[in-house]
Amino acid sequence: MVENRGLNYWLTHVGLSFGVLVLFFPLWLAFVASTVTNSEIIHPPMPLWPGDQFFVNYGRALIEGDRGQTSASVARMLLNTVIVAIGIAVGKIVISFTSAFAIVYFRFPARKFFFWIIFLTLMLPVEVRILPTYEVVAGFGMLNTYSGLIFPLIASATATFLFRQFFMTVPDEIVEAARIDGARPMQFFIDILIPISRTNIAALFLIMFIYGWNQYLWPLLMTTDPSMNTIIMGVEQMIGGQDDVTPWPVVMAASMMAMLPPIIVVISMQNLFIRGLTDSDK
Amino acid sequence: MEKRVYFKGWFLPALLITPQLLITAIFFFYPAGTAIWWSLFNPDPFGLSTKFVGFANFDYLFADSYYKESFYTTAIFSSLVTLFSMGIALYLAVLADRLIKGAGIYQTLLIWPYAVAPAIAGILWMFLFDTQTGLISWYLGLLGYDWNHLLNETEAMGLVIVASTWSRVSYNFLFFLAGLQAIPRAIIEAAAIDGARFWRRFWTIIFPLLSPTTFFLVVMNIVYAFFDTFGVIHTITKGGPGQSTTILVYKVYSDGFVGLDLGSSAAQSVILLIIVGLLTILQFKFVEKKVHY
Repeated sequence: MVENRGLNYWLTHVGLSFGVLVLFFPLWLAFVASTVTNSEIIHPPMPLWPGDQFFVNYGRALIEGDRGQTSASVARMLLNTVIVAIGIAVGKIVISFTSAFAIVYFRFPARKFFFWIIFLTLMLPVEVRILPTYEVVAGFGMLNTYSGLIFPLIASATATFLFRQFFMTVPDEIVEAARIDGARPMQFFIDILIPISRTNIAALFLIMFIYGWNQYLWPLLMTTDPSMNTIIMGVEQMIGGQDDVTPWPVVMAASMMAMLPPIIVVISMQNLFIRGLTDSDK
Repeated sequence: MEKRVYFKGWFLPALLITPQLLITAIFFFYPAGTAIWWSLFNPDPFGLSTKFVGFANFDYLFADSYYKESFYTTAIFSSLVTLFSMGIALYLAVLADRLIKGAGIYQTLLIWPYAVAPAIAGILWMFLFDTQTGLISWYLGLLGYDWNHLLNETEAMGLVIVASTWSRVSYNFLFFLAGLQAIPRAIIEAAAIDGARFWRRFWTIIFPLLSPTTFFLVVMNIVYAFFDTFGVIHTITKGGPGQSTTILVYKVYSDGFVGLDLGSSAAQSVILLIIVGLLTILQFKFVEKKVHY
């Protein structure tokens, strides 16, 4: 830009690299800890370079977890988390897409009222209604089930807004043309609206997938059966029982496996992710 | 804004909107209504009896020194997390914006913590500061400083702030960088030609033009610090030592699920509902008006 030479240029790089290193530091040590033996960790200082226990620790985490004491195996928890994250992302997109379609492309009684009802869910994050929501889910017998983990989280005002905004930018001529050609509403919906919304759907899917993957409080309350644990809460369960030494290398291996899928998603689909983030929050 | 062209009929749209409304009614409005109901009554944990107590739950809360302390803790915690995570993010975004080449690489290297769950962020930082095995606490020990966030309230608060900030910087960085890149280069170059040095340009031109992004982020970060940091606190301190890191959301959880005091927990939920409501209104006001000077 304006001053982009000499000392200033290098100071910019130094400043940014420092920021990158500070952000990476905890991740690096978690990785190192996941490749050494526990005795190397409980006799500080821990090493700063990876050891040779990578396969031992990851294998143990994946297959045994913390030996069935309080949590399931990481493989099982990853499976649960994939199901829950995809369920939440797909669920949010489906119900938001269809309701935005109904609100934008139809005139029916109480349309505005329903729109405001959906809008108000913005003001009800799960954290403020945990106890009564827990009662509802328990009443349906959905504790320790995937549907109990998914359904209470899938109403989405932001996704509905986003799709509504996008539908408003779709030229009316397209609808007119479709109607002249004799397309019924659902034909228009499937053959035109879904294809032209592809990018928005994909961007939103990424954000919602990460949101679902990283859920913590809700699974913590909902799952008393270790085999239904999700990975994020499961890792916490693996840490220190009172009379037990925390198996740090296994815990850190589990943490790495809990972090990597969403990190890979964010980095490999960066542009789509940024688009989804800026669209859905603004 | 309305569409000029639309489809006829009411049955199909009713069918399309029903799933969202059902979910909203069952899992959002009914529980929120229950919270309000419970806050006015005093149900015992086994649901055997309820009696109307009016605003007694609220009176009790506002007289409760623990609750007042929790408000105070939340205020300190959320303002420091907002300040630090936005300050660091703005600094990094300004640096990245100065680069012609390579901003993309730094962006990649700086955004990944967004994908890490707050609870995992808590575990990573707790591991570094673990009182027996943590690397940083060990080095602090060498320097003669005895770190123990399980006993020292200030250290506990410091640690949850660091972990929460770490996991929030990426988000703020992305929005600041987008905001900076939207500022027309010509304005900045004109100021440079007039002889304004970098910091002068920053405070007189860039920062004011960035104010819509900044206000938006302030609201979003307060929301984050109020609610999403539950995972950080639950993994690192469990609200302790004492009550020193019990923010409002954590108190709803611990009074409701651990203490089984339904009336009080419900009253706290209602107060949080009001706070979220105010924040949402604030957010929409600012986003609509696009604060500019």
